[in-house]
Amino acid sequence: MTSPSISTATHVDGLVGPGFPHRRSRLAGRFSRRFVLTQFAGSACALMFVIVVNFFLFRVINPHPERTLGRGKARTAEDLEEIRRRLGLDESLWMQFGKYLKQVFTGDFGVSFQYSKPVPDLIGERVWPTLLLVLPATVLSIWLGSRLGSRQAWKHGGRFDRSTSAFATVLYSMPEWWLGLLLFMVFAANPVFGVFPIGGLHSPGVAPMSVEGVADTIWHLVLPTTTLTVTYLAEYSMIMRSSMLDVMGEDYLLTGRAKGLSDRQVLHRHALPNARLPMTTLIALNLAFTVGGAITIETVFSIPGLGLLTSEAMRIPDLPLLQGLFLVFSAAVVVANMVANFIYALQDPRVKA
Amino acid sequence: MTTAPAPPRRSSARALRWKLRREAWGRTWAKFRANRAGMVGLAVLLVFAVIAVFAPLLADSHELRVSAASGPILAPPSRKYPLGTDDNGRSILTLLIFGARVPLLVGLMATVISMVIGTIVGMASGISDGWAGTVLFRLTEWFIVIPFLPLALVLATLLGGSLLSIIVVIGITGWPATALVIRAQTFSVRERPFMERARVLGAGPWHLMSKHVFPNVLPLVFANTTLTVAGSVLAETTLSFLGFGDPTAVSWGTMLNAAFGTGAVSLGAWWALLPPGICVIVVVLAFTMAGQALEDIVNPRLKEGR
Repeated sequence: MTSPSISTATHVDGLVGPGFPHRRSRLAGRFSRRFVLTQFAGSACALMFVIVVNFFLFRVINPHPERTLGRGKARTAEDLEEIRRRLGLDESLWMQFGKYLKQVFTGDFGVSFQYSKPVPDLIGERVWPTLLLVLPATVLSIWLGSRLGSRQAWKHGGRFDRSTSAFATVLYSMPEWWLGLLLFMVFAANPVFGVFPIGGLHSPGVAPMSVEGVADTIWHLVLPTTTLTVTYLAEYSMIMRSSMLDVMGEDYLLTGRAKGLSDRQVLHRHALPNARLPMTTLIALNLAFTVGGAITIETVFSIPGLGLLTSEAMRIPDLPLLQGLFLVFSAAVVVANMVANFIYALQDPRVKA
Repeated sequence: MTTAPAPPRRSSARALRWKLRREAWGRTWAKFRANRAGMVGLAVLLVFAVIAVFAPLLADSHELRVSAASGPILAPPSRKYPLGTDDNGRSILTLLIFGARVPLLVGLMATVISMVIGTIVGMASGISDGWAGTVLFRLTEWFIVIPFLPLALVLATLLGGSLLSIIVVIGITGWPATALVIRAQTFSVRERPFMERARVLGAGPWHLMSKHVFPNVLPLVFANTTLTVAGSVLAETTLSFLGFGDPTAVSWGTMLNAAFGTGAVSLGAWWALLPPGICVIVVVLAFTMAGQALEDIVNPRLKEGR
């Protein structure tokens, strides 16, 4: 319970007092009530903002959704009036907003035009493939990217650094879906090298829940996950490299060397923990772009997740579904940001947690 | 005779200011010229700009029309079609030349919108201590959290797919990052003595912003603009790839959309996939290199990081 890192932290954040006599677990004890409350309140405000933007987008920018919906079908004035009434568009904007809030908080997002299914059910079904794609890709790219970036910075200016940095910059300028198309053309569609499936998540005739089915799903995910990992890796390695270079000029590294630590020890004990700090914040900010990657890559590899659902919903356009998806994506990023703040506080004892 | 001294002195102060400004630009240009990556980026951009502007002279615009296309369908590169043909029998090279126009135009125009909003919001939130600054800052933070692509797709769906709406969509989704950069710079400008002097002399927030903060954040705005164009070009390409934008306009993104949608990629027609993709990468890379070179000059502390 009293590992040195905790005791330093409690001294720094100044919360050692009668109110906080015991800390039971490492995690629970690490955060003060105030920090937790601030984090939750901040995220709640951000969520509220997202909810308002969502309303604004779908009701204010587009004051006549019935025309978009009716495209070709509902032409007569009576038809349009009927749709307006059904959607509640004949009421005042404030009434509509009130109704919308009630819908959001009761989880009622309407019925998808395209699938004739309640939007939350549809999103619930399709969320798993997306998580299966995005989570491994994010974890892998952060892990590999920070290793690559710190190695580049540690020997900066060397041959390894110059070649891999140039490569990362090119990858950074590449649309991730174009890389996906390239890999698709070579390793899926090509008759010679095309060992991977051309899309989807399961082969026909394989039970998804069997051992064989799991292996089959993993096989389907190799190309899309590789695409996402490689593009994100470029970005994370660039971030890690520059934050590592910032750290490398610091005096405590010199102190470490002066007291006789080896190069490796200086790197692992003093340089890396400090270089990781800005990484956490930037990873959180990047998550908003990760969502975009899911949309394009799922479209390229026809993975039946939220991303493919989005690009299908745009074509119709399936407004209730789109509204639900937008809310889910934004909420996911808000929550992920909050988690990142907690992780940051764990990593940096100077943060008043 | 007796009134003569006054005007020359005023004009000489102005002349001095202009001379200083000219010298500052000259110094920046000299530093930029010494930056090899920046110069390569600039040269590449000039080449693409010339291609985009003089496209009608370099290729025949009649060949863009599907009905006028005469070539074989999805033919590999040959002497007549140096980069092969697409699924309508049009020359990929012609499409590539005309396809440079939309990404560059959209990229530049959208960036103008982003920079104007971002600079104003960033300066305003940096200079005001009161609730207005806080509200603007929170707003920026929340906007950054909203995932870009879903927001852009929703906006594009609602506004319809014209060139103008794509510009607006990319412009109004791209400002928060700029606003944060400008805000940070405004903070550092705010603490300088000349600001206090101006404030003591009774300058209002508008005067402070336009006469004192703006000239000092301007170099950063330029560096940031160049980097933002890179992002806007990528955004345009992604939106066109997903089927948004003017369907009749030729752009690298719509070429890639067609290559994917009509199965050219599945058939292994690499000439439909590689040329537009490589053009996008080269242009984005060029903007990034030029932008980073400018940023290194404006903010030398960053240079170590690259």
